[in-house]
Amino acid sequence: MSTEVRELSYSQAIQEAMAIALEADERVVLMGEDIGVYGGAFQVTGDLIERFGPERVMDTPISELGGAGVAVGAAVTGLRPIFEFQFSDFATLAMEQIVNQAAKMRYMLGGAVSVPVVMRFPAGSGTGAAAQHSQSLEAWLGHVPGLKVIQPATPHDAKGMLLAAVADPDPVMIFEHKLLYKMKGPVPEGHYTVPIGKAAIRRSGTDLTIVATSIMVHKALEAAETLAAEGIDVEVVDLRSIRPMDSATIIASVIKTHRLLCVYEGVKTLGIGAEISAMIAESEAFDRLDAPIVRLGGAETPIPYNPELEKAAVPQVPGIVAAARDLVRGVR
Amino acid sequence: MTAPATAPAATDSTNLPFLYRHYPREELLGALRRMHLIRRFEEAAEESYMRGLIHGTMHLSIGQEASAVGICLPLTREDQITSTHRGHGHCIAKGADVSRMFAEFFGKTTGYCGGRGGSMHIADVSTGNLGANGIVGGGIPIAVGAALTAKRLRTGKVAVSFFGDGANNEGAFHEALNMASVWKLPVVFVCENNGYGMSTSTERSTAVPNIADRAAAYAMPGVIVDGNDLSAVAQASHEAVERARRGEGPSLIECKTYRHRGHSKSDRNRYRTKDEIDDWMANRDPIARYEAQLSEFGIAGAAEIEAVRLAVRAEIDAGIEFAKASPAPATADLADYVYTEQQ
Repeated sequence: MSTEVRELSYSQAIQEAMAIALEADERVVLMGEDIGVYGGAFQVTGDLIERFGPERVMDTPISELGGAGVAVGAAVTGLRPIFEFQFSDFATLAMEQIVNQAAKMRYMLGGAVSVPVVMRFPAGSGTGAAAQHSQSLEAWLGHVPGLKVIQPATPHDAKGMLLAAVADPDPVMIFEHKLLYKMKGPVPEGHYTVPIGKAAIRRSGTDLTIVATSIMVHKALEAAETLAAEGIDVEVVDLRSIRPMDSATIIASVIKTHRLLCVYEGVKTLGIGAEISAMIAESEAFDRLDAPIVRLGGAETPIPYNPELEKAAVPQVPGIVAAARDLVRGVR
Repeated sequence: MTAPATAPAATDSTNLPFLYRHYPREELLGALRRMHLIRRFEEAAEESYMRGLIHGTMHLSIGQEASAVGICLPLTREDQITSTHRGHGHCIAKGADVSRMFAEFFGKTTGYCGGRGGSMHIADVSTGNLGANGIVGGGIPIAVGAALTAKRLRTGKVAVSFFGDGANNEGAFHEALNMASVWKLPVVFVCENNGYGMSTSTERSTAVPNIADRAAAYAMPGVIVDGNDLSAVAQASHEAVERARRGEGPSLIECKTYRHRGHSKSDRNRYRTKDEIDDWMANRDPIARYEAQLSEFGIAGAAEIEAVRLAVRAEIDAGIEFAKASPAPATADLADYVYTEQQ
């Protein structure tokens, strides 16, 4: 293991994690649509097929349900598949295998098996791909006991959490925001893991806690800079893991700041923000709140095509700044 | 359950059906025992259900025993199967202990699933049964995944996926068969066609007359057998399993059979005539047919067959007593097995 740190893009970090996993364990196989010579729709697998061959970097037919099921069956019987959905939206075609089989098999069989499958979901809007290629469905899967659901926001975490997922005996669903793929950041060389189920405080502050997921972490950090110039000191919590959720870190932050703003790209209603808000309302932090909790989530619409409409459909930096300012200044 | 490649036949005749040429007498009697064990297990489970000892529902395979037992005859303990909501027979045919199956039905900690699965998720991973499945067609891709593991890790195992006629109209069936064929995986697809997906007949639900016709679309052999003829089923399974072990890829076997009971405990039986049911029970019962053959070919007489029946009854009775006496899970343990490492 080396501690050398270089700048890698988010997608390069994932590819490096997969290469390390393939190198370390012959049971690891990659499966997905066009992940071989094409390199994946977002070039995340890239040239791995040249290094590891088509038997370990397997192109599947366009069969999301069957492919996910094959990955589940392979995981139960001894392989460690990493299954790529070309777009997270296509999880809708495979929900049966994810929800009824992968998530429940260990429980239904009384612990006789584990299902060590990793599924990767390129998610989110901002690419002009419209309603069927832009969704954020992580909360759907976060609702299912038996699954672990994570959303790494940085290249460092993308690599470390994927390696943690490969080592995990249970099914881990990784939602990767497509706009993060080109984002660069420091990534240590060699093998390391970032634990599943731990949030990260990305910026320490005293006036307001923003709990954000995935790309919204970066938007929240940008908003926090603007707010700092106005004298508002924001703490930004990167949730990283939806299930299990690191309630302790959020509660401690809210007890410190007395205010909570949840920012996430998935549709606002019945989403991650509702869960965080309810969790705080049930916790010892509730009495420490100085203002109502505020959620900023995706609009109650499909993701539209037109770029201005598309931006309007999910939280953006000015909206986060305005919501935070109102919350701290007591406008609400 | 392992079948020797060349076994001494019960008689020297080469005109006997496959089963009798291929398996020694003790294997043949073992197959009879398993068919009776399935029949009696399900009758006893039904009785226990009627008496309120088992809750939920169950799907009985009475009448389909030759399919489960015949398919599993050429399999080793290490070979793996996926099963269906009508899966008790597969579990027993693969070698499960009926005591632990009853314990599961009674919801006890000693059950195969610790009381978490019940009838619809009965499994015995130690004998290669990866589980019954409450989703029609749900186990088919999982069996293909097991076959992928076998090929990739060169374990020599074969995977068998049991499913019913209803599953042949699920997308999972088509996607799984296609992938298995493209990748030449060691898997055998076994459709137990009992004529009805719940109440809807195959004629009303399926565009082709035989499920095995679907095999052509996936470039694999498709074989139709009389699913109530143990020898015919065993022969088809033997050929498909050997083909899989040779690395030549998957096969589809269609066992034409019939369930004597309704779909589940809610069935009012409005879609089949009494004459039809009576005909299958009286003239095509797989156990009666097998016993007649054993007698005809001089392998087992009435006394020996009766001895098998009595032994099975004793095994079933002991299994029920074991289940009754076993402890129930503690409600505090509700969340056990959700994750491998407790949260």
